[in-house]
Amino acid sequence: MKHEWWMALVGGGILGAASGLLLWANGRIAGVSGIVGSTLRPRTGDVAWRLAFLIGLALAGWGAAALGKVHFDVTALPGTSALAFAGVAVGLGTRYANGCTSGHGICGLSRGSLRSLVATGTFMAVAAGTVFAVRHLG
Amino acid sequence: MNKILPLATALASGLLFGAGLVLADMTNPGRVLNFLDVAGSFDPTLAFVMGGAIAVYAPLYWLGVRRKRPLTVNSFDLPTLRRIQPRLVLGAALFGLGWGLSGVCPGPALVVAGAGVAPLLLFGAAMMAGMVAYEVLEWLAARPRPVSEVPQADIAPAFAVTPAER
Repeated sequence: MKHEWWMALVGGGILGAASGLLLWANGRIAGVSGIVGSTLRPRTGDVAWRLAFLIGLALAGWGAAALGKVHFDVTALPGTSALAFAGVAVGLGTRYANGCTSGHGICGLSRGSLRSLVATGTFMAVAAGTVFAVRHLG
Repeated sequence: MNKILPLATALASGLLFGAGLVLADMTNPGRVLNFLDVAGSFDPTLAFVMGGAIAVYAPLYWLGVRRKRPLTVNSFDLPTLRRIQPRLVLGAALFGLGWGLSGVCPGPALVVAGAGVAPLLLFGAAMMAGMVAYEVLEWLAARPRPVSEVPQADIAPAFAVTPAER
């Protein structure tokens, strides 16, 4: 097995452990879009843990770059207007779907949720179709 | 219960989650787009990420929810929806469109934006705008409509005069 596949498996295992920590300690599902989006609809006592999780996420990226361990390669990104459109679509879509790759893809599938299976199948298929259209039909 | 402890565990979870995304190379849009390019330069690495994550989380989830309560707060707060609604499918499709165009989903967006990489700061801002738009649309949908906007068919039966009364 290729080295990067091992890294992916280990990285994935760490994602599972991080999600497990949030469930065991905080009783919550580690779904990033929901954690972000629900800060816009604040309920008493329900915002601080979300901000703490999000600060952790951003800090991981900052730390990886600051330690010089990682150079984030973003050369594959589309141009500015397509990128902005994609961002809006991701924000709006994940909120309507109640989840993204983490909440539906990792946590939902682990929980055996039918909704998450439908959501994950849908966003995977549409994303693959979009890449096909951009790369092979353009 | 302790007020600081749940914040510390949430912070640790976020840090660990971000580290996992970096190690797994989910923060590289090119890698993600190649995974999605099943008809071209297909790269299966992402399937290993999902596999590794589910292999670890599934047992942790099923053991965790058997407990009376979580370690730092009083109760679990877990999804309760079961219905497959149109908005679930349409939302997932819209997310898929954005993901397929960019190779970026919410977690990696925040990690790489945290490193100060300009295009991801733009993506993150656009994503927030989309989420704000969602809140506005939900608010508009939930708002009671003024009587003048309610279709007559909706209110007419309440005032309808039956032939016998006439």
